[in-house]
Amino acid sequence: MHTDQLIACPTCDVLNRDQDVKPRTVARCARCGTVLAAPKSGAMTRIAMLSLTALILLAAAAGFPFLELRAQGLSHQASVLDAVLAFSSGPMAPLSLATGLLIVLLPAARYCALIYTLAPMALGWHPAPHAATAYRWAERLKPWAMAEIFIIGVAVALVKVSGLARVGLGPAFWAFAALLVVTILTDNAICRLTVWKTLRARSAS
Amino acid sequence: MENSESPQRFLTAAAAGLAGCRACGTANPGGARACTCCGSPLAAADPASLQRVWAWLAAGLIAYVPANVYPMLRTTTFGRTSENTLIGGIAELFSHGSYGVALIVFFASIVIPVAKFLAIAYLAVSVRRPAALGSHGRLMLYEVVEFIGRWSMIDVFVVAILTALVQLDFAAAIAPGIAAVSFAMSVAFTMLAAQSFDPRLIWNAESENLNDHA
Repeated sequence: MHTDQLIACPTCDVLNRDQDVKPRTVARCARCGTVLAAPKSGAMTRIAMLSLTALILLAAAAGFPFLELRAQGLSHQASVLDAVLAFSSGPMAPLSLATGLLIVLLPAARYCALIYTLAPMALGWHPAPHAATAYRWAERLKPWAMAEIFIIGVAVALVKVSGLARVGLGPAFWAFAALLVVTILTDNAICRLTVWKTLRARSAS
Repeated sequence: MENSESPQRFLTAAAAGLAGCRACGTANPGGARACTCCGSPLAAADPASLQRVWAWLAAGLIAYVPANVYPMLRTTTFGRTSENTLIGGIAELFSHGSYGVALIVFFASIVIPVAKFLAIAYLAVSVRRPAALGSHGRLMLYEVVEFIGRWSMIDVFVVAILTALVQLDFAAAIAPGIAAVSFAMSVAFTMLAAQSFDPRLIWNAESENLNDHA
């Protein structure tokens, strides 16, 4: 048997035979049960569109006013950028950079890489140059893109200040809330090994 | 365990003289340094890689100490400044009656980090010693740790949002404490520890133990 017809399970290294899997069925590793293939019809189009949506929402979330605090006749508006710059003074400046990376820049980079890799495939074209590198980075960035964790942090912060003052929610808040949903939908639609298999098949032909 | 009847029927890529890619599952010819499909670096499952796990874990544990000792938030209301540590913040939420949120923060900043330290240490130790938990159980533990680890970052974001939002001059102002930095580092280091752990080692230990008994 040629090694092209084998899949080495990414989790436990067991060799599985690479079979054709019908859409909406799942192929799992015989030993550890890791999903090896979960093709869904139109998944590439869906992931590319969801990534584009997420990118637009992220731009809106970073640009529009985020939250407004009113107490004792005083009011203060904060944008996402203010939250990023919260640590910018003094010795905590590196944390500001890290926050900016985690909640805006890395998610944006990941979605750009996903669109770059998957949009040509959704249209049935050959993969773009360096598509494999771009997709590898999209996968590596996944744990560090924390936009959806940020919105839960916002919810906790809102409860903390709700006793102290009135809080108004700006458009950016709703953009982030929608981003949470879109992120979950995107991550559910992606089957890593199916994407690699499609990339490999398309670059060869 | 469903796989305990005949573990020999599983052939790993390494045992077949091939190099399996952990990113895309391609079975590369043995001795290849980079995957022919995706270009990821290839490395055989090696217990020596556990040194990296232990190093990141130790760094995470060390950073977790100042995160608990030093103040996370510095609140100034009408000229009076009070400092809140991690646990102090949770106690305050609890005394305000926000039990749900207090519980979320308690889980994100105390229970999950401590459970993560223990789980990663257990996984690393069990590669070399027979473990009470079977391979499937340990794989599940590893997947839970990988999934849940990043959610501990909530606390750092809460501090960032509060600092940005509560800036009402004299009436109320919040500034971040140095513990926010060490907490963020602790979360990042434990995430790196979990990522350095090679799940293939869970299964290698199993087949070696079986060979010993045979």
